Amino acid sequence: MELIDVIVLVVKILIVLHIFLIGAAYVVLLERKVSAWIQDRVGPNRVGWRGSLQSFADVLKLVLKEDIVPGHANKFFHFLAPVISIAIAISVWAVIPFCSPFTVFGVEIQPTIAPNLNIGILLLLALSSLGVYGITLAGWASNNKYSLLGGLRSSAQMISYELSMGLSLIGMMLVMGSVNITTIVAQQGGYWFGWLPKWNIFVQPVGFLIFLVAAFAETNRAPFDLAEAEPELVGGFHTEYTGLKFGLFFLAEYGNVILMSALMTTLFFGGYHLPWVEDLPFFKDHTGLLALAQFGALFVKALFWIFFFVWVRWSIPRFRYDQLMNLGWRVMFPLALLNTVITAIVLAAMKSS
Amino acid sequence: MATKTVIASSTKRMTFWEKLYLPEIAKGMGLTLKQMFQPKFTREYPEERYEPAASYRGRPVLVQEDYGERCVACGLCSRVCPAIAIEVQAAETPQEKERFPSLFEINMLRCIFCGFCEEACPEEAIVMSKDYELTFRRPEDAIFGKDRLLVPVAKLQDRLEYLRLYKG
Repeated sequence: MELIDVIVLVVKILIVLHIFLIGAAYVVLLERKVSAWIQDRVGPNRVGWRGSLQSFADVLKLVLKEDIVPGHANKFFHFLAPVISIAIAISVWAVIPFCSPFTVFGVEIQPTIAPNLNIGILLLLALSSLGVYGITLAGWASNNKYSLLGGLRSSAQMISYELSMGLSLIGMMLVMGSVNITTIVAQQGGYWFGWLPKWNIFVQPVGFLIFLVAAFAETNRAPFDLAEAEPELVGGFHTEYTGLKFGLFFLAEYGNVILMSALMTTLFFGGYHLPWVEDLPFFKDHTGLLALAQFGALFVKALFWIFFFVWVRWSIPRFRYDQLMNLGWRVMFPLALLNTVITAIVLAAMKSS
Repeated sequence: MATKTVIASSTKRMTFWEKLYLPEIAKGMGLTLKQMFQPKFTREYPEERYEPAASYRGRPVLVQEDYGERCVACGLCSRVCPAIAIEVQAAETPQEKERFPSLFEINMLRCIFCGFCEEACPEEAIVMSKDYELTFRRPEDAIFGKDRLLVPVAKLQDRLEYLRLYKG
């Protein structure tokens, strides 16, 4: 590896890290604003212009708070749990492509931390399923019954929905013929009939729906936020966390929301592709500008899904535990299997004809 | 007498579309989306203040006339106060048989805004004002002396009018 490659890699990591951190802070603000609007309130509007600096005030508050470790808690695992959560939430970003490759100062840049990773989706699923450790460990290490209940619930829930999530993607992988995310996004660039963008949502609507629901369960967001379930479990797994450790869980939750939104965009909505516009002859020799426009497209698409996450949270009541398991095992799992099988049959029929 | 047991079923029969769940979710989300554009109910406090009605029981104040306070230091308010928040010390005025409070203190940390002092007062000298903005930095600041309790009668016309109309 040459020096220039190392520099490019470090810059890419720094950019992604900052997008993650600042993005998560602003998703918190978005959540508070949207919840306020839905409830006929105004929302935070004191810090900065219309509350635009509210998230930084929140972070500052969390940093300044006392860090309390409950007695009889396992100190090491109590510390480890939020670190695992946040580390996983950040590390999955390594495989998401932000725009098509471009050239700056004669250096060709692949706008992904780990470009052309041939196990892309597998890595992504493996990493996101590790997220359950953070929450379960937090629940167990707190030495608190409510925390433990929250942790157990979330482990059962995340393992159940992991299945449907993986299966929902198999149909998409069959169509694409690859698990490399860079390839998957690149293949979504063309058009059907000359005008309809080749997005996976149009081939795999059922797969997308299952992925969407599973994404809600994986991020422990409403209506599947049984791990926190304020009315039942105080705060769930993070009941015993204060200060910056709680902040890390908070960050991981919102980071996961952004991540899942980016993933949905990448896998089903054409990723960074900006249909029709990116084929303009102007962009042929301005690859830098094209990259910027594509990043904007990814951002806007992901923003819609982030908004969707928030919107759902303030619209739909929480599932009961048995309802959650019923939905996961008796509806989503068979549906995902069926989707896989039908996709395979259709693909085989198309190949033989 | 024979009784017939009726088992009430709490489960409602759902139609196919309701069982499918997704259309109902879409309906609910449509509702919340619509709600986002409704007018807001928030009163943005420091800019928009709440102007209470005359019946509002805010901070108790002493009525100040041109000649001084109306209070004759009878001590009834202090006596009736359930929270023991009022302290009155009487002194004689130069006029014969007239008294005035040389010390009148209300501990606003104890006051429960019940309005009994106002009801007990024979001179209509202590009334509840509309002032609800009470903040202190130290507990000592919460003990209001005559300097902060006396309010000119002109500012209390609303409440005095209300008392004349409705006070028992």
